[in-house]
Amino acid sequence: MGFLDLEAVDKYYGKLHAIKGIDLSIQQGEFIVFVGPSGCGKSTLLRMIAGLERINGGTLTLDGNDITHAAPAKRDLAMVFQTYALYPHMTVAENMSFSLRLAKVDKAIIDEKVKTAADKLDLTQYLDRTPKALSGGQRQRVAIGRAIVRQPKVFLFDEPLSNLDAALRGQTRVEIARLHRELGATTIYVTHDQIEAMTLADRVVVLRDGIIEQVGTPLELYDHPANRFVAQFIGMPQMNLIPTSHVPAAPQGSVELGVRTEHMAICAMGDARIKGSVEMVESLGNETLIHVRPEFAGEHDLPLIIRQYERTDLQMGDEAGVRWDDQHVHFFDADGKTLTNTVQGVAA
Amino acid sequence: MSSPDQESRLTQRLLLTPAVSTLLLWMIVPLVMTIYFSFIRYNLMQPDASGFVGWSNYEFFITNPAFGDAVFNTLLLLGSVVIITVTFGLALALLINDPFPGQGLVRVLLISPFFIMPTVNALLWKHMMMNPIYGVLAQISVFFGTEPINWLQDLPLFSVIIMLSWQWMPFACLIFITSLQSMDKEQLEASSLDGATFWQQFRYLYLPHLARPMSVVIMIEVIFLLSVFAEIFITTSGGPGTASTNLAYLIFAEALLNFDVGAASAGAVFAIILANIVAIFLIRMIGKNLEN
Amino acid sequence: MFGSYEWNKKLVIRTVASWALALLVFFPILFMLVTSFKTELQAIAVPSLWVFEPTLENYTEVQDRSDYLHFAWNSIITSVLSTILGLLIAVPAAYSFAFAPTKRSKDIMMWMLSTKMMPAVGALIPIYVICQKLGLLDSVFALTIIFTMINLPIMVWMLYSNFKDIPREILEAARMDGATLWDEFRQVLLPLSMGGIASTGLLCLVLSWNEAFWVLNLTSANAGTLASLVASYSSPEGLFWAKLSAVSVLAIGPIVVFGWFSQKQLVQGLTFGAVK
Repeated sequence: MGFLDLEAVDKYYGKLHAIKGIDLSIQQGEFIVFVGPSGCGKSTLLRMIAGLERINGGTLTLDGNDITHAAPAKRDLAMVFQTYALYPHMTVAENMSFSLRLAKVDKAIIDEKVKTAADKLDLTQYLDRTPKALSGGQRQRVAIGRAIVRQPKVFLFDEPLSNLDAALRGQTRVEIARLHRELGATTIYVTHDQIEAMTLADRVVVLRDGIIEQVGTPLELYDHPANRFVAQFIGMPQMNLIPTSHVPAAPQGSVELGVRTEHMAICAMGDARIKGSVEMVESLGNETLIHVRPEFAGEHDLPLIIRQYERTDLQMGDEAGVRWDDQHVHFFDADGKTLTNTVQGVAA
Repeated sequence: MSSPDQESRLTQRLLLTPAVSTLLLWMIVPLVMTIYFSFIRYNLMQPDASGFVGWSNYEFFITNPAFGDAVFNTLLLLGSVVIITVTFGLALALLINDPFPGQGLVRVLLISPFFIMPTVNALLWKHMMMNPIYGVLAQISVFFGTEPINWLQDLPLFSVIIMLSWQWMPFACLIFITSLQSMDKEQLEASSLDGATFWQQFRYLYLPHLARPMSVVIMIEVIFLLSVFAEIFITTSGGPGTASTNLAYLIFAEALLNFDVGAASAGAVFAIILANIVAIFLIRMIGKNLEN
Repeated sequence: MFGSYEWNKKLVIRTVASWALALLVFFPILFMLVTSFKTELQAIAVPSLWVFEPTLENYTEVQDRSDYLHFAWNSIITSVLSTILGLLIAVPAAYSFAFAPTKRSKDIMMWMLSTKMMPAVGALIPIYVICQKLGLLDSVFALTIIFTMINLPIMVWMLYSNFKDIPREILEAARMDGATLWDEFRQVLLPLSMGGIASTGLLCLVLSWNEAFWVLNLTSANAGTLASLVASYSSPEGLFWAKLSAVSVLAIGPIVVFGWFSQKQLVQGLTFGAVK
């Protein structure tokens, strides 16, 4: 048994089965990231844990207490919303102290806790401002501060960075990681951004259509995806897929071969496993992405992408040979399940 | 067993209960009674005669030649006032949208009629504006050397339409003004650079932006104009003949002037049906506009 | 006032046209106001007099002939009480529609509005009979209840569209912060929607003050409001324009002045969610 346990948790919207019997056990102090394409149910699942959405089936246990149907206020969780959801009519200090004031905590203690949190988040000089007078990043920090002062059992984050610009996003991501290290609080974090997932998580939960596709550490997911969906979802650019009809000596029952972009290379035509023509070259400076359309590929198939760290002379329309490293391949069966996988590292 | 979230659903229901139950009472009790009265003989002048009469009250009410006129007048009144107020309200709103000296005061003057009570509105127009000898409109006619119009005698329904439009135009204007304030200025500037004429801007930028406020104006006005009463009661008493009788006034006349509650109730049932037809039509048309 | 404008032909035309139209629209009210300070003979002079020695005799006569303050008091009591009562009922309902909508919420709201579309005259006889049986004819109490009911659908809708503009997450955040429903309402919703609630109350006040149908049909000397006081001047004998103007000014004065001062506030909520 973990600290926070979900057992066969269900959510229905009328006839629509949005969350389909999720089982998940989270340990105290873990940083869990829910990731998945939009509409996969990750935010719904978070809101169910928060108590903002009804749980239609299954049980939710926190620290030994059944909180499946408890009111949000009674769950001892704090949430940071995507839109921050600050109280516009209250100052920063009032925003952060609202929960403590509701709980009739002694004023001196409140002031102390607000001060500590403000210090931590570099908000001290803004305590008397209203949210309107703050920048996006500052508002975000107030929202986090509001959660921190309560010292809840679990922190919930619902896509907290998606309203920030790119630079600020990276900065705040580091900030959140630091806070988690310092507070050691159990955290569930929802995002559609795989970089956030990979950099923040102790364990990542990949969701699709209301079911869990895979749970694991970021590198487990990268090296040993349980299926084609996870393989393609994690990693940018996406993993290359080649029908096994063009791959000699593919294992019995496999339909597709998956190779990550960095495990493919351009080679001399003589060594080539696949030949094709260069469709595009993306030079990013530190790395180069070469798009190659295999001879056998149809018009609507995606080209193979080869990532290399040297620059290239290849130009659009050039013939190119492609090979890959047999130590880093994945075979998928007709259902998209991973059949075999040669990546060294943690066992799948 | 009641879990907290069942409790919270119960709370949500409890919050609705006062509004829903009082409105339900307010609607159902009179409705049932009206339907009941419409099937019995019920005349205040002949309290002894009573009993079930079937559809004869309905027959009596429909075959009354005034009925058709009343339905027609109700719809004509409604349509005319809505069109006039929306058109003029929009034109005025566009005119005073950009700043000019005294804009605030002009706005206050323009919206004033909205705060005037119907009885005052009616008396003011009936006497001081439309009196064929002393009224302001008559004086204007004389000034231009034309024969003064006897408004309430010769153009009774039109007179009522004028009064109601005067009262409701400010409402439309107010909502349009507020809506215009939220127009995208950059979009307008960009279209000016593209060489759009005012009419093109109006057609492609203002009108789409004003679709929602227009729906709201129409909806609110219909709600209030379907049952116009005081203005007619005070100015024309529905006359001459039935020239300015609407359904509301006809039912009133039947019940309280002819003392025939049975027939009046049958009329009321018709009025309710008419209101519902308009309501369904309106909700279909405008509900869509108000979604999202 | 004129300093900060860059005058050009267009602005001149716009200013003149706006002022002319505004005065045209306002003219009937102005005319009535002026007439109320004339003698009866001056009132019907053709062409109308604009320069004369003003008199207050109409106002004193109105107060002598009919107890103005009595009617004014009824107007105040019925509109204020019905507004308060209406808000008490409408706010919870609007909250429920805006923040905890179910599949039926929209239908219930449309139904509420549709009750408003039914002509009052359809309900007149039954309500009259009920009031008669209960001894509530010509009573301030019955009038207050009726005003509340006729304004309720509009109030719910107006409040709903105001509440809907408040992001749901803010209330959810409050709930997560441990707020009870009452805390949530008192400390978050109320401060955030004060403008909308005020403007709903203002509109309700105006509508109740001006209501004529039920007042004319259910009340007389005891519970009559200013609307019925004015109506009682509609068909007197002899010359009466000046007195009629005086009583009208007295009847609309308070609410018009009130409306002028509160127009900004009123407009804010009056858009029924139509203005983004």
